[in-house]
Amino acid sequence: MTNPSLYAPREPIFPRRVSGFFRRLKWWIMGVTLAIYYLTPFIRWDRGPNLPDQAVLIDLASRRFYFFWIEIWPHEFYFVAGLLIMAGLGLFLFTSALGRVWCGYTCPQTVWTDLFILVERWIEGDRNARVRLHHAPWSFRKWRLRLTKWVVWLLIAVATGGAWVFYFTDAPQLARDLVSLNAAPVAYITIAILTLTTFVFGGFMREQVCIYMCPWPRIQAAMMDPDTITVAYREWRGEPRGKGNVRKRDRVAAEQAAKEAQAAGPGQARYAPTPYPNPKLQIGGAPQAEAATNEHGDCIDCMACVNVCPMGIDIRDGQQMECITCALCIDACDDVMDKIGKPRGLIDYMALSDEPAERAGGAPKPIWRHVLRPRTIVYTALWSCIGLALLYGLFIRSDIELTVSPQRNPTYVVQSDGSIRNIYDIRLRNKQGEARQFHLSLTSDALLRIELEGRQGQLNVPVPADTTVLQRVYVTARPQDAAATADRTDLRFWVEDLTTGDRAGRATTFNGRE
Amino acid sequence: MSDKKVDQETGVETTGHSWDGIEELNNPLPRWWLWTLYATIIWGVGYTIAYPAWPMISGATAGVLGYSTRGEVVQDIIDHDAKNSALVADLLETDIATLAPGDDLHRYAVARGGSVFRAQCSQCHGSGAAGAKGYPNLLDDAWLWGGDVENIAYSVRHGIRNLTDLDARYSEMPAFDELLEDAEIDAVVEYVVSLSAPEFDADIAAEGAVIYADNCSACHGENAMGDRELGAPNLSDAIWLYGGDRATLETTVRQARFGVMPAWGQRLSEEDVRAVSVYVHSLGGGE
Ligand code: SF4
Ligand code: SF4
Repeated sequence: MTNPSLYAPREPIFPRRVSGFFRRLKWWIMGVTLAIYYLTPFIRWDRGPNLPDQAVLIDLASRRFYFFWIEIWPHEFYFVAGLLIMAGLGLFLFTSALGRVWCGYTCPQTVWTDLFILVERWIEGDRNARVRLHHAPWSFRKWRLRLTKWVVWLLIAVATGGAWVFYFTDAPQLARDLVSLNAAPVAYITIAILTLTTFVFGGFMREQVCIYMCPWPRIQAAMMDPDTITVAYREWRGEPRGKGNVRKRDRVAAEQAAKEAQAAGPGQARYAPTPYPNPKLQIGGAPQAEAATNEHGDCIDCMACVNVCPMGIDIRDGQQMECITCALCIDACDDVMDKIGKPRGLIDYMALSDEPAERAGGAPKPIWRHVLRPRTIVYTALWSCIGLALLYGLFIRSDIELTVSPQRNPTYVVQSDGSIRNIYDIRLRNKQGEARQFHLSLTSDALLRIELEGRQGQLNVPVPADTTVLQRVYVTARPQDAAATADRTDLRFWVEDLTTGDRAGRATTFNGRE
Repeated sequence: MSDKKVDQETGVETTGHSWDGIEELNNPLPRWWLWTLYATIIWGVGYTIAYPAWPMISGATAGVLGYSTRGEVVQDIIDHDAKNSALVADLLETDIATLAPGDDLHRYAVARGGSVFRAQCSQCHGSGAAGAKGYPNLLDDAWLWGGDVENIAYSVRHGIRNLTDLDARYSEMPAFDELLEDAEIDAVVEYVVSLSAPEFDADIAAEGAVIYADNCSACHGENAMGDRELGAPNLSDAIWLYGGDRATLETTVRQARFGVMPAWGQRLSEEDVRAVSVYVHSLGGGE
């Protein structure tokens, strides 16, 4: 045996055109996802003067995230974290119930690869034409077709990178700036990088991204179990495959085995396994080798399922890491079954746990029995809990806010009259579009005096529109009061919007002289 | 490499490692992957030529681009100084007593002064400026030599009781060990205690009051309120630089105290002196 070569060249894949339910579904999903991606930044949302009118905007410069009526400030980043966790759990849920649906239908890599293959087919023709072109020597025609394809790919790639930057600044303005070459360099750099990655990943690496670069397929295996519904081949129905007879490969193998048995001489009879025994024939009796070699299953070995697969695999070999459950092989095979007058579903979405029952001629479990199991229920519960918590958080948010950081170095200061003073840094946030007067006060069981640095006895702080103001606050307890001698005393700062009367409070403690 | 293990199922050679009966097939790598590996190796070699990389006995290879992080820091500092030059000029010209919190210049002075304080002053006065025994707390409202910005700046610039700056603030308390009888010292300590503590011996304190009037009131004042001209502390308030208990007071009276602060005007630039004064004033105790 020779040493295996160190590297393997990419096997080009030329997926054939296919039509059917799942192909239509995929076209629809592609249309919707691309539309969302390209159009979202151009949706307008009136927020009044001085605030951006873009419905979805990640404003990195002023550190705000706008999503329709929701506005997230940096200190509320837990909303984004929560959404990411929900996205993760959602992915777990769908994977455990339906396998790699994300990969097959909505993953950007799949969507753009699909789009690129569509372009390829328009320009170079369907599978056979593309295979021929691939093997043809470089001629004027081949150059023309290749260059046309690459140019269209490049245009899509530029549009892909170009759409991304619109999420980060006012889209119509940026569009004008981009065209007139006035946009920030970072915009052009981002577009260039995304153009390059889209062009290379969608055009040339395709399934290699899914197989070698993406970590998700490796993780997904841990989320799936025999109840997961995924694309599979009903082997017991299809095998032995063949066009009216046993496949040639199997016949050759059987002949070879017979020859070997002869060569081994009499008395040394070896067991020659029958290739691809049809389990159907085993029901209620011993395997019938004779019958098995002549009977054949529903699969006519037309290779339609292999030819349409964008990952270049043969689903009849069983579950494979590479399969993205895009179901195109289902469409292809159903078409073939219709033509030869056999029932559909030789390749189908099914759960592996149904296999023994189906093999024995029974019916599969209903879908909901597969989907509803402890695992999916736990994922759903966790997902909903986080969702409800975020909604609750959104609901109790107010337009004014404060955070309080007590000075801890030192925890208190003795004044010359013996009174005890604590220092607090209070951040006041005005999330409204207009300047506001905020009134600061405190409540506590103890007697405490509040003073604001630099405000000469005033307790009002003006906070300009949409900004945060840092105000240092002194709180003093007289020497004879309990708070001065106690270790810690609870207190609560209040901020009140003098225009609307909205209030917000934060609890903290006052440190006394032990 | 004589005993190659071959996987029965696929006919592919395995790496020979087995984990719980699972063996790894020795399949070839994708070509582009290998190219990426080679590209990173070439990049790595190029990088170590271009940038400082290989450790030598003293220092490291310099790299043909002549880059160094120190050089970058120096450049950063130059850039920042250039950016702040207008503010520094303002700080040198403006009367720092007129700076109000919220002004750009005040903010700049506080930020700059904060870093000066942490580097130069925190060793004695503490990182939070709360001081320690013998080192004044800068957060409270008691100031031996005055707590407005100008007085603070004077103290910072010339220091206190040092021998290097002729304009240093200077005063010296006599050591009363030799000058007073033991009983007299006890009495005057009791009197000082009586000024701020709730429990004391009224008779002894009354005796002490007389001794105080004769020996101490010249500096600390008739009401023991202190004198800022002399840096004489107020003895009737709750703040004690060295401690207000009887034993500490007795030591203070017998030996006297002599706290020294360096003249920072000799070590810091004028803008740093001004900035740190504004910073100290902004800590909450400034007058
Ligand atoms: S085998 Fe291929 S065509 Fe079939 S679902 Fe998997 S990836 Fe899609
Ligand atoms: S498309 Fe169906 S019939 Fe054709 S090879 Fe695939 S499984 Fe067999």
